[in-house]
Amino acid sequence: MDLKLDHHTQDDTEIVVVEGEIDVYTAPRLRELLIDLVNKGNHHLVVDMEKVEFLDSTGLGVLVGGLKRVRAHDGTLDLVCTQERILKIFRITGLTKVFGIYESVQEAIDRRKSKQS
Amino acid sequence: MAIVQLTISALPAHVRTARLMATAVARRAGVSESTLDEIRLAVGEACSRAVEAHRTHCPEQPIQLELSDSSGPTGPGGPTGPDRINGSSPDRFEVVVSDRAPAKETGTPVFNGFDSGAQAYLGESVSSGGFGGLSPDVGLAVILGLADEVSIEPSENGTVVRMSWPLPKGGAGDSDPPGLG
Repeated sequence: MDLKLDHHTQDDTEIVVVEGEIDVYTAPRLRELLIDLVNKGNHHLVVDMEKVEFLDSTGLGVLVGGLKRVRAHDGTLDLVCTQERILKIFRITGLTKVFGIYESVQEAIDRRKSKQS
Repeated sequence: MAIVQLTISALPAHVRTARLMATAVARRAGVSESTLDEIRLAVGEACSRAVEAHRTHCPEQPIQLELSDSSGPTGPGGPTGPDRINGSSPDRFEVVVSDRAPAKETGTPVFNGFDSGAQAYLGESVSSGGFGGLSPDVGLAVILGLADEVSIEPSENGTVVRMSWPLPKGGAGDSDPPGLG
C-alpha cells in the first residue's frame, strides 16, 4: 500500500504515525512532514512505525535526517517499532545505536522525559 | 531453469513494482517466507540505487531486472564472479539488477560506514542529493547484509548487482502452490 501519514501532539511531543511503505517513492513525503514539523518548533518527535509494512535505506535516510534536524535544536527523535521485519534493517545498518526504539508511544515519551529530568 | 525479466524506466514508483514482482516470483520458486522479506528488501535497495544513478546520469535509459531459479551459471561472470562474498549452494534463486549508469570508480569497495561506527551516519549531509540523507552505498551495504551471495560488478557501462539465496530442496515450483492459481 501507499504511505499514509498523520500526526498529533501528546505530552509535549509530536507523534508522527506512519502507515504503509516507506521507500524511494514515498520517503520524500515523510521527509517533508518531518522538516515541516521541526520548522514549526516541534523538536521532540516520536515516529510510530507499528503500521509500517516496508522500510528501506531511503526511509532510514529520512529518519536520520530528521534526527539531525531535531538534534540541532537539542531535540529528540525516537521510534516506536516492534516488527522484526522492520527492526532488521536497523540492526543491519547499526542504526539501533543511533535511535531510541521503543515498544509504545507512551514508553518513548516517558523515557525521554526521565532522561531530561 | 525458470526466468522472469522486467525492464523499468528509472522512476521511483516502479521500484515497488519490481519488489512486488520479485516477491511473487520468489514465492513461486519455493523460497521460505522469512527469506521473502530479505529478497523484497534487497531487490528494493538494488532498484532504488539504480534509479538514483540513472536519474543522475541517464534518466531515459531503462533498468533491467532478471529473476531466475537455477542450478548453474546464469550470465556473464556467473555466480562464480570475482566479487562473490558469501557461500555457495547448487539450487538457488537469483536476482540480477543491471543499470547503465557509469560507476564512480571501478573496483572501489562499497560503504565502510560500519567500521566508522553508527554515529558516522549523523555526519552525512541532511541536504545531500537523493531522497534521503544517507549515501547510496548504504543500500549496497544492506544488500550485502541480506543476500546469501552477492556480487557487485561496477563498470563504465553500468553496474550489475547479482544476489542469490538458496532454495529448499524440491522448492523450485513447477506447479502453482495452493491458493496462488
